[in-house]
Amino acid sequence: MSHLRVELRQRAEELIALYPRPRSAMLPLLHLAQEQDGYLSEAGIEEVAQLTGTTPADVRGTAAFYDMYHLEPVGKYVVGVCTNIACLLAGGIELLEHASSTLRCAVGETSDDGLFTLEETECLADCDFAPCVQVNHRFVRTTTAATFDALVSDLREGKRENEIPSHGTLIRVRRNGGLRAQKNDVNTERTDAKAARDQRAEEKA
Amino acid sequence: MAVLDSPRIVTARAQYDDSHTLARYVATGGYEGLRKALTLFPEEVAREVDDASLLGRGGAGFPAGRKWSMLRKSQISYLVVNGDESEPATFKDHFLVERDPHQLIEGVIIAAYALQVNQAFIFLRGEFALGLERVQQALNDAYEHGALGSKIFDSNFSLDIVVHPGAGAYICGEETALIEALEGKRGFPRIKPPFFPAVNGLYGEPTVVNNVETMANLPWIVLNGGKAFAGLGGGRSTGTRLFALAGRVKNPGIYEIEMVKNTFRDLIYDPALGGGITNDATIKAFIPGGVSAPWFGPDMLDLPIGQDEVAEKASMLGSGSVVVLDETSCVVRAAWRIAKFFSRESCGQCTPCREGSGWIERAMYRLEHGGGRMEDLDMLLDLMDNIAPGLTWPPQQTTICVLGPSIPSSVHAAIDMFRDEFAEHVKLQGCPFD
Repeated sequence: MSHLRVELRQRAEELIALYPRPRSAMLPLLHLAQEQDGYLSEAGIEEVAQLTGTTPADVRGTAAFYDMYHLEPVGKYVVGVCTNIACLLAGGIELLEHASSTLRCAVGETSDDGLFTLEETECLADCDFAPCVQVNHRFVRTTTAATFDALVSDLREGKRENEIPSHGTLIRVRRNGGLRAQKNDVNTERTDAKAARDQRAEEKA
Repeated sequence: MAVLDSPRIVTARAQYDDSHTLARYVATGGYEGLRKALTLFPEEVAREVDDASLLGRGGAGFPAGRKWSMLRKSQISYLVVNGDESEPATFKDHFLVERDPHQLIEGVIIAAYALQVNQAFIFLRGEFALGLERVQQALNDAYEHGALGSKIFDSNFSLDIVVHPGAGAYICGEETALIEALEGKRGFPRIKPPFFPAVNGLYGEPTVVNNVETMANLPWIVLNGGKAFAGLGGGRSTGTRLFALAGRVKNPGIYEIEMVKNTFRDLIYDPALGGGITNDATIKAFIPGGVSAPWFGPDMLDLPIGQDEVAEKASMLGSGSVVVLDETSCVVRAAWRIAKFFSRESCGQCTPCREGSGWIERAMYRLEHGGGRMEDLDMLLDLMDNIAPGLTWPPQQTTICVLGPSIPSSVHAAIDMFRDEFAEHVKLQGCPFD
C-alpha cells in the first residue's frame, strides 16, 4: 500500500527513471513526500527508502542535512525572511522581528492557528529586492513592513493560492519527454556518437 | 567613466518579459550557436572555448577550456551544471535560470557535444521554485524543438538533460558536495586528492562540473568565435561578466560589464549601474566577490574589475557579488552575520571549521550585542589562524574544502580595518548604531 497518492507515486517513479541509479532521486523524492504531507512523515520517509533502495534511517539522516526538509509538521505557509548580509544592510533583522509580531509566532515556530511557520533564512539570491522574503519558496518581494502585512492578510483570506501553492518546490515541475523518460538506453546513443565522430574524422581526412 | 559599449553576451534578452520562452529565444537567434557547433568537430568547439580563455564563473575562476582538456584523454561520463548559487549576495545565476533558461540549456548542449557526453544534469537550488519550473519547461520545449534528445537537429549527437533540485545547503555549491547530493547523499565534500571530479566524479566516473553562467556564455562564443570573446576584457580576464551589486547602493541589481575596462567605482557610482550610495552617504567598505572574499576599503574603488587585478590586492572576484557598506552600516554586525552564516552552513566534517565557526560566531555576537572584551580580538585572530594558518590570502587550508578558510575573511578584514569600531562596541557594551 503506497503512502504517496497515486499521482505522486507515479511522479516518483518517473523521477527515478531519469537517473542512472535510484538513490540519485533521493532529494526530488523527499520534495514530493513533503509536497503531500507538508513535512517528512514517518510513512513518507519509509516510502522514499523503499523507492530508493535505502533504509528509513538513511533517508532521515540524509534529509536532516538539508534545510528545506521539515522533520516536524509545519504551517500551511512557511515564511522565510533573510537576514544575511545584503538583507541585513536593508533592514532584514527588523523585518524578521516585524514578521514575528504580525504572524504571532516566534522565529522557528508555527502560529497557533497552524497557518504560518516563520524561519530566518540564509541568502536566497534575490538581493536586489532586499530584505528578501519567500513563502513556500516563492519570492514574494515584500520588502517593507506594510507590504509584508498586506501579503499576510491576503494569505489569511486565501487570496494568493495560485501564486503561492502549498508545499513542494516541484509541485509544478513535470517532465514530458526525453531519452531516459522513454527508457531508451543512453549508452546506445553514446556508441552512436562515437561512431559518428570517427566517421566525420574519416570524411575530413 | 564606465565603459558600457561592450556586447550583451548573456543578458541580450533581459529587456523582454517573455525572455524565458522558446518563441522569444528562437526569434532572437536562439539555438543558432548549437546548430553551428554541430557542423564542427567536438575538438573544434572545445578549441573555441580555449581561445575564448573563458574563466569559470562559479567562484574559483578556473579556465573552462583547461578543465575540459584535462578530461579529453579519457571518455567523460557526465556533465554537471552547478546552479546551487548560495554565496551570500550572489544572485546572477538566479537571474539566468529564471530569465533565460534556453540560453543555459543551449550552452549545456554545446558543452556536452564538445565533451561528447550523453548525459547532463543541471543542479539548481531547491529554493528556486520558479527557476526549476522554467528550466524544466524549457527542457520540455527543447526536446520538442529537436534541440535535445535523440539525434539533435538531425545530427548523430544525442543528449539527455535532467534538472535536479537541491534542498537548502550552501555547501552543495562545492563541486564534490554537489556530486554527493546528486548521488542522493548528504552534501559532504569529498576528500582530496583527487582534486577534480574529472578523475573521480559522479558514481566514481569522470565528470565535468561547470557553473551556470559559464554555460550561458557558450552559445555566443561558438557563434562569434573564441577570439572575439578574448578580444573583450584584458589580461587573463576575457569577455564580459555578470556582477550582482547589493547592499547600500541606489540601484542594486545584475549588471553585465566588460572585464577590466571598468573599476569598482564605475560599478558602484555610474548612473547607468549602481547609481551611487543610498541617500548619498559615504562608502565605508565593500566586498568584491562574495562573503568568502576579504573586504576592500574605499582606497580600492579605482581598481579595475578583473580576476588578477583583484587577486593582486589580496582578495578575489569570486562569485561576482559586490556588497557595499556605508557610514550607516555597522561592520561588527555585518561580520557577525557572515560568521553566523558559515557556522550554520559548515557541514561538520572537519573540526577547525565545525568548532571554529561557532566560536567565532559567539565571540562576534557578544562584541555586537554586549559582553565583548578587547582581548576577544586577539583571541579571534588566534582562533582564525587555526582555521587558515597565517591568515594570508589566498588562504592556507586545514579542512577538506574551502568553506573553512573562507570563514575568517570578513571577521579578519573587519578587525584589521575597523579596530576603532570594535573598541567603541566594547566601551558601550553594545552597538553604537542601535
